[in-house]
Parts: sequence; C-alpha cells; structure tokens
Amino acid sequence: MKILVCISHVPDTTSKINFIEGDTKFDSNGVQFVINPYDEFALTRAMWFKEKQGATVTVINVGNAVTEPTLRKALAIGADDAIRVNAEATDGFFVAKQLAEVVKNGDYDIILAGKESIDYNGGMVPSMLAAILDYNFVNACVGLDVEDNSATIQREIDGGKKTLTANLPLIIGGQKGLVEEKDLRIPNMRGIMMARKKPLTVVEAVDFEATTVSASFEKPVQKGACKMVDADNLDELISLLHNEAKVI
Amino acid sequence: MSVLVYAESSEGKFKKVALEATSYGKKVAEQLGTNLVVLTINVDDTSALNAYGTEKIISVQNDALQNLNSKIVADIINQVAKKENSEVIIIDSSTNGISLAPMVAVYLNAGYASNVMAAPSNTNPFTVKRKAFSSKAFNHTEIKTQVKVIGLAKNSFGLVVNETNATTEKFSPSLLESSIAVASIDKTVGKVTISDADIVVSGGRGLKGPENWGMVEELAEVLGAATACSKPVSDLGWRPHSEHVGQTGKPVSSNLYIALGISGAIQHLAGVNSSKVKVVVNTDAEAPFFKAADYGVVGDAFEVVPKLIEKLKKFKSSNA
Ligand SMILES: Cc1cc2nc3c(=O)[nH]c(=O)nc-3n(C[C@H](O)[C@H](O)[C@H](O)COP(=O)(O)OP(=O)(O)OC[C@H]3O[C@@H](n4cnc5c(N)ncnc54)[C@H](O)[C@@H]3O)c2cc1C
Repeated sequence: MKILVCISHVPDTTSKINFIEGDTKFDSNGVQFVINPYDEFALTRAMWFKEKQGATVTVINVGNAVTEPTLRKALAIGADDAIRVNAEATDGFFVAKQLAEVVKNGDYDIILAGKESIDYNGGMVPSMLAAILDYNFVNACVGLDVEDNSATIQREIDGGKKTLTANLPLIIGGQKGLVEEKDLRIPNMRGIMMARKKPLTVVEAVDFEATTVSASFEKPVQKGACKMVDADNLDELISLLHNEAKVI
Repeated sequence: MSVLVYAESSEGKFKKVALEATSYGKKVAEQLGTNLVVLTINVDDTSALNAYGTEKIISVQNDALQNLNSKIVADIINQVAKKENSEVIIIDSSTNGISLAPMVAVYLNAGYASNVMAAPSNTNPFTVKRKAFSSKAFNHTEIKTQVKVIGLAKNSFGLVVNETNATTEKFSPSLLESSIAVASIDKTVGKVTISDADIVVSGGRGLKGPENWGMVEELAEVLGAATACSKPVSDLGWRPHSEHVGQTGKPVSSNLYIALGISGAIQHLAGVNSSKVKVVVNTDAEAPFFKAADYGVVGDAFEVVPKLIEKLKKFKSSNA
C-alpha cells in the first residue's frame, strides 16, 4: 500500500496574526510554523498503516524552501520520504493542480489530507484534487480502515456519522477521530537523526494561472468591554440577552 | 447570465443556510444586474424560496439522490450552471456544501473563495471578504476567472426578505457513476446540531467530569440550543469529538454562545469568536474568556447554571 500525506506548513495555533506591506502579507516574523493539525491526524493514521499493514508513506508539500523543516518533522515522525513542489502556494486550486501532477505519476493507493489548513481555512485542496483526478473522495473523515483494495470509512455528517465503503485509490479529508489526540507523536532524537538522511525530492511546479488573488487582510475590530453580571442577579442576564442583545 | 444558488435541503426541507445563501444570491444578482436561479434537489414544496428573491427554481427529483454524494451533486450543479449560463455559483458551508463547492469550481474551471462573509465589495475585480486564520483575520480575495464559486459562511449575511414569484422548471440531470457506497447512517434525531444552531451551550474542563453534563443539556434544551465542548473535554472522552469546537474542531458562528467553565484559550476563542454574542460563566475573574465575551458572570457553574435554567424556564413560559 502506497500512501501520500499532504502536509500544509502553518503558523502555530498560538501565533500572533499580523500583516505587513500595507496589510497585504502575513507577518511571519517570530512565528513558529508547524504541521497543520488536521494533517497531523492524517499523518498519524498513515503511520499506523505503515506499522500494522506495511504501507510506505510519502509526505508532500507545495511550498518554497522555508517549508522544508516542516517536511523534515514529518519524516522524523516516521514518513519514508518527502516531496516538495517548489512554488509559493498561492491558492488552494493551484496547490491541488500541483498535487494532481505528482499523484498522476505516483501510483498511490490512498491520499490523506487534513480537511482544511488552519491558516487560510480554504478547505478545498483534497476535494479539488479528487475532482481533478476523478478519484473517490471522502471528506470530514473520522475513521479509516483498509483491506485489500477496499476501504471502510466513517464520515461525520451534520448530526451524526455515515459509514461508507470505497475502492482504492481514495482521497481523504481527515479530522480528529481519524486518530485520537493521545496517538499523536512527538519526534524523538532517533527519528530526527534518521529524518536527515531520508530522501526529500524537490520537483518543479507546473504552470497554472491564478484563479484567485489575495488583495489584502484586515483584523477584526476590537470589541467593547464585557458587561459583568452578578451571579446573584441572573434575571439581569436574561433581560440583557432578551432586550439588549435580542438573542433569546 | 445568471447567479446560481444551490439550496441544500434535508428530508425535503430547506436548511436555514440554504435560505441565507438564497438571500445572498439575490444581492449578488442585483449587483451584477442579472437573475437569481436556485437549484433544489428532492424538495416538493419550494415555496419558502419565494420570500428571498428567487426568480427561477430548477427542481431536480430523483430517488437515486437520497444519499447525496458530493461528486454527483457537484456535477449536477455544474450541469445547471452551464445550462443557465451562471457566472456566480453560491454554496453554503454545511458539511456537504464545503465538500462539494471545490469540486464545482474544478468542473467549471472557476476561482473559488470559501468562508465568504459579505456581499462582494466590488464586482470588477470581483472581490469578496472571507474569514481566514480561524477568524483571527479577514482576507479580501479577488476571483479572477469569469465563472466564480462562493462558499458562504454560516450566519454571516442573514436572511433578507424579498418577495418574488418564482417560475419552476423541472430538470433531469445525467448522473455520474460513483463507487462509494453507503453502508450505514447513524444520525441522532431531534437534536440540534452545532452547524444548524442559533444558540450553542458549551462546557469546558471546569465542569469536572462527564457526569455533570446533565445541566448543560438541560440548559441547551430550555434554549433550543446545541451542546458543544472544549478540546480537552472531548480528548478526555467526556463528550464526543463531534462536539469539540475551536480552531481544530468545529467553528461556531451562532447568534449566542454560552461558555461554562471554559478558560478561553486562543485556540478555543479562534473557533467561536464569530458568534454574535458570547456569555461566559467562570469562577476565575481573570480567565481570558472575559476579554472576548459580551456578558460575563464570575461564579461557580454548578450554582449558576441550575439557577439560570429555572429562571429561563419562567422567562420562556411568560414570553411564550
Ligand atoms: C494545536 C492546538 C490546538 C488546539 N485547538 C483547540 C480547539 O480547537 N478548541 C479548544 O477548546 N481548545 C483547543 N486547544 C486547547 C487549548 O489550548 C486549551 O487547552 C483548552 O481550550 C482549554 O480547555 P478548557 O477551557 O475547557 O479547560 P481549562 O483551560 O482547564 O479551563 C477550565 C476553566 O474552568 C474554570 N472553572 C473551574 N471550575 C469551575 C466552576 N466550578 N465553575 C465555572 N468555571 C470553573 C477555570 O477557572 C478555568 O478557566 C488547542 C491546543 C493546541 C496546542
């Protein structure tokens, strides 16, 4: 079984979000970048397939050279090799196009991605990839098992869960549930040493004209102070919610 | 030319997000000086759409579409968009919507902006404001392609009444093949889901253990709200993962969000900040949530919540 895990390189969840150059660019100064948390669930499930079912695991990122430490971290967690498509990831459609080129030539059985990345929250890469390649696709995946050429998938739906079966190759948009929080791995020293020797192949991007352009950013306006209500005066809270906020 | 909205339904009824997408579609159609076309699948009574500015309804009825598969629905939207010469296609942000909208964009070779929260600020270049960095910022995105796909963020535009008399046209699309089969569906009936809810009641680690969620559920029931929780609460197995809200869980953009025993960590707030009104109950007056909330009560949830339930019951019965 050959698995490809798509890795997005994103600011750590505690990062201060600021912009520079007239609010047109994210200020990465002092920001620590990590594997996108949703992709980390996907990678962790891939490691399970590697250990229990002998899968090989390749990780891939579309980005420029600054993303390599994030790919190395995925290798340290246990992926076998890495691919970086050398291009600025300008929007989700562009990323999906680049991934499609690699997947077409790679003979992968499963392509695992997080359902969205926590920076631009596009939530579009895995489904676009599936549409470009006409592969089976399941989003919001909270459980995945594979036997021979077929997969059993749990998918979260509004108000419940669906169990699906699909043939490989298959593209997954994953989230927590695919593995549990306690299953996530922190790379150890040996993993980090080994990761340095694992292959990281850089491939050039294919041309694809931008379909969207980020014009500028804006931060939410600071909200007013919190109105405090005494714990012994909850009637006031109800009255505020009813008369002032008009939400009950 | 036209603007096309896919109005999602569940068991033959439109979801609120579908009516919101229709309201939004009407606004975009006005901006572009064109008509609003709304696509519905397996809805017998489409009259609800008339209140929100629909000019034409394309009605698809097909039993094979009971279990909506993203790819098949995306292709139906693609067929209708081509037939109606649609320049902008609008899809809501339900679990289905966010899966199929990117596919529609690929089929139509269209630029796609998700999480859009306002009407286009400009139609040339076509510019929309969207949520980014889990609502810690907004991004103004220009869509460059002739055909454009918009994923509308929930509870961002609201419902705008605009009475019209829509014409209805039946349409029989060709259906793509899919080898994905549904083995079973496990759906809680009669419970408000986080994605549909106007009000969400959420509990954190301050509630000490799963045995204490009775009062959370009761408060939710009185308010007709969905229940949610912080990440550690679901990691500890006190509540199901489907209730985890925040940056790495579900986003919440309800009208009212009530946080009980939740400290207000940055990752939690990122996911719930776009709720219109936030109330926090916490024993610690220094908890960061008070900085993000509109109304705060410093107090023990185990005392405050039961009292609040009693008072709300009285309020509800006198306001019924
Ligand atoms: C990569 C990453 C992603 C994350 N994503 C998320 C996410 O999506 N969502 C999320 O929620 N968290 C997320 N977190 C975790 C987050 O950092 C916090 O740890 C978490 O939100 C804290 O949950 P809590 O407020 O329930 O618990 P605590 O921080 O333990 O807070 C409990 C609160 O309850 C109060 N309290 C105690 N007793 C009572 C009482 N009797 N009555 C009233 N109040 C009481 C306390 O004063 C305290 O403020 C993430 C963390 C990381 C590192």
